[in-house]
Amino acid sequence: MAAMAAASASVSVSNNPSFPSSQKRSPLLSSSQSFIRNLRMPTTHLIKSPLKHFSLSSSSTSPLIPLCATTDTTTTTTAATAFHGVCYVLGDNIDTDQIIPAEYLTLVPSKPDEYRKLGSFALIGLPSEIYPTKFIDSGELTSKFSIIIAGDNFGCGSSREHAPVALGAAGVKAVVAESYARIFFRNSVATGEVYPLESEGRLCEECSTGDVITIELADNLLINHTTGKEYKLKPIGDAGPVIEAGGIFAYARKTGMIPTLASSSA
Amino acid sequence: MASSAIASSSTSFIKKNEIGLSSFTPTSFPIQRCKRRALSKKVVSVMAPPQSDRRPSTTGSVKNAMTMTEKIMARASERSQVVPGENVWVNVDVLMTHDVCGPGTIGIFKKEFGENAKVWDREKIVIIPDHYIFTSDERANRNVDILRDFCGEQNIKYFYDIKDLGNFRANPDYKGVCHVALAQEGHCRPGEVLLGTDSHTCNAGAFGQFATGIGNTDAGFVMGTGKSLLKVPPTLRFVMDGEMPSYLLAKDLILQIIGEITVAGATYKSMEFVGSTVESLTMEERMTLCNMVVEAGGKNGVVPADSTTYKYLEGKTSVEFEPVYSDDSARFLAEYRFDVSKLEPVVAKPHSPDNRALARECKDVKIDRVYIGSCTGGKTEDFLAAAKVFLASGKKVKVPTFLVPATQKVWMDLYGMEVPGSGGKTCSQIFEEAGCDTPASPSCGACLGGPRDTYARMNEPKVCVSTTNRNFPGRMGHKEGQIYLASPYTAAASALTGFVTDPREFLQ
Repeated sequence: MAAMAAASASVSVSNNPSFPSSQKRSPLLSSSQSFIRNLRMPTTHLIKSPLKHFSLSSSSTSPLIPLCATTDTTTTTTAATAFHGVCYVLGDNIDTDQIIPAEYLTLVPSKPDEYRKLGSFALIGLPSEIYPTKFIDSGELTSKFSIIIAGDNFGCGSSREHAPVALGAAGVKAVVAESYARIFFRNSVATGEVYPLESEGRLCEECSTGDVITIELADNLLINHTTGKEYKLKPIGDAGPVIEAGGIFAYARKTGMIPTLASSSA
Repeated sequence: MASSAIASSSTSFIKKNEIGLSSFTPTSFPIQRCKRRALSKKVVSVMAPPQSDRRPSTTGSVKNAMTMTEKIMARASERSQVVPGENVWVNVDVLMTHDVCGPGTIGIFKKEFGENAKVWDREKIVIIPDHYIFTSDERANRNVDILRDFCGEQNIKYFYDIKDLGNFRANPDYKGVCHVALAQEGHCRPGEVLLGTDSHTCNAGAFGQFATGIGNTDAGFVMGTGKSLLKVPPTLRFVMDGEMPSYLLAKDLILQIIGEITVAGATYKSMEFVGSTVESLTMEERMTLCNMVVEAGGKNGVVPADSTTYKYLEGKTSVEFEPVYSDDSARFLAEYRFDVSKLEPVVAKPHSPDNRALARECKDVKIDRVYIGSCTGGKTEDFLAAAKVFLASGKKVKVPTFLVPATQKVWMDLYGMEVPGSGGKTCSQIFEEAGCDTPASPSCGACLGGPRDTYARMNEPKVCVSTTNRNFPGRMGHKEGQIYLASPYTAAASALTGFVTDPREFLQ
């Protein structure tokens, strides 16, 4: 908090009125980031915390750890630089009731078996006359589509974290939409379940379900191998490292921002 | 944005004894300067200066004009000033969760803070089972059990439990829909920060506070620390003047606005409602207005607190609160003006809350049912409005009409409160005479579909006029169901004709 204040005091605040996002890398934030680097806690925390975290995790026996995209924060130092897969294309205003209808919200995402089940219902609320291709084949737990391409205002509606969780559990690595509803974006970052990437143009009209796609995260590039076209994406910015770490808690531990809280109470 | 905010935090915010300004001082400079100036040459004591409850952001000593939302966030983040776009750590006054997101939030809390960890403040967490209550769905029932166990273990002060599902009235603690219960139980207070694991938490902005919905992970964090990282939103201002016609309700106003700015028109933004019309609205109507800001993508909605607010709060809370108001020279991203006296009853057609049309334009839409309920359309005044239409017509409904009071208190009002001008009848009597279904047990009900056995759930592709807040595909159950969002007046009028109907047909 103090670091932030100091940083903001030293940088004049811009009155840039375009906030809607996500991807903006304001001078304010990057300067405070470098500031915080100097304030970081002793490096021992970097090593200690994930171990503690793991030994206490009730789900550590499961190979699938909910809300943790990457499994080991100590060794994951390189970014997930690229995603390769088949895409599923959606239109505008895909709301959370379509992503995971309310009747499945009794499933608790923090319980590993229910996490997997949530994945099997991802996008089951889509109207079948508009989206004749099933996102998940009958009897499957995950989807063969690992990239979602959508239009404006993806994830609008409810605050249910089950939405990004269901997509992540179904095997989705990234969503590429023109824009996002606020809570969905935030929940994606906080959980680290999926990368909510923003496209420069209207990719949902340029790509078709089934196209083979590569996303080069570092270059902010989407390549459609089926059509042979390439598209610029907006940079994910500061949200990237958080998702890469596996969510807001994992990131905070990885960077030594929060101590190993669990240890004190164990 | 989560990440940037994390990056800009200090290292110590989790440890309670290290919170705040002890180790780093920059934030406190402006505050101290103000205090010194206020105390000026008079004070010569060597004792610590007296702690004033009035922070600079609420005094006249601050030159930077701010909106209400900015002021609330400034105070909650212990700053003299914030600007839109800034990420700040705010102190949370109340965290609310329910049976759908509570178990997941608790799961995250335990995973991240430890099995034996304690919540940051047992009196500031409010847990309200309300979504999937009257169902035989085992997992839904289990989720309420998880809440109960946790509240017992943590000694949570405000847990509105239900054990006897056969008769909700046997559960004196049970309230019903969380947003209405929060207001009725005095948890909504001007100037405070309320976060909840439900997108309609913005409902509480009606009290002149900052209230917004968050996910389980963020809520788990708040549960352990009492803090959350929030981006200060810029504010859109909606000025509504003119006398409200007798056939309009707040639902018409907000549907009008959403139709104007679209379902993404306020994304990341605050919506402030002012003007003579807003001042004339009751608290319940103000809640209807704020409840649906999320349907425009809004982060929060606010109505400035006034005598109506204070009157409502009388006897509901003993917590001191301090309202804040937008400065005259505060910067708004945009201002929209409405002459309410010229507006007409509207509906939102399927499948989007911004798919606005005049109710009279939809008079040929044949409907199968009417639903009156939810946080936005199931309050006492919503039922009084419906009763007024039934009373004026003296006729019977032509389609099944489902009534789901938001809370136990609303339910009691339906049975105990006389409808003005009815010669002593209660809402429940009027509904019965009109041929409506008997008012159901209070809960979120079929507003969001829910388990298959939920009362009034759309299990077939029907056409429904509903006083709820969302009409996405599948929202009330069936994917091919069609939902027309409308005010209680319009819903009741439509029930009487079997078509979408402008209430002026009965209310003139």
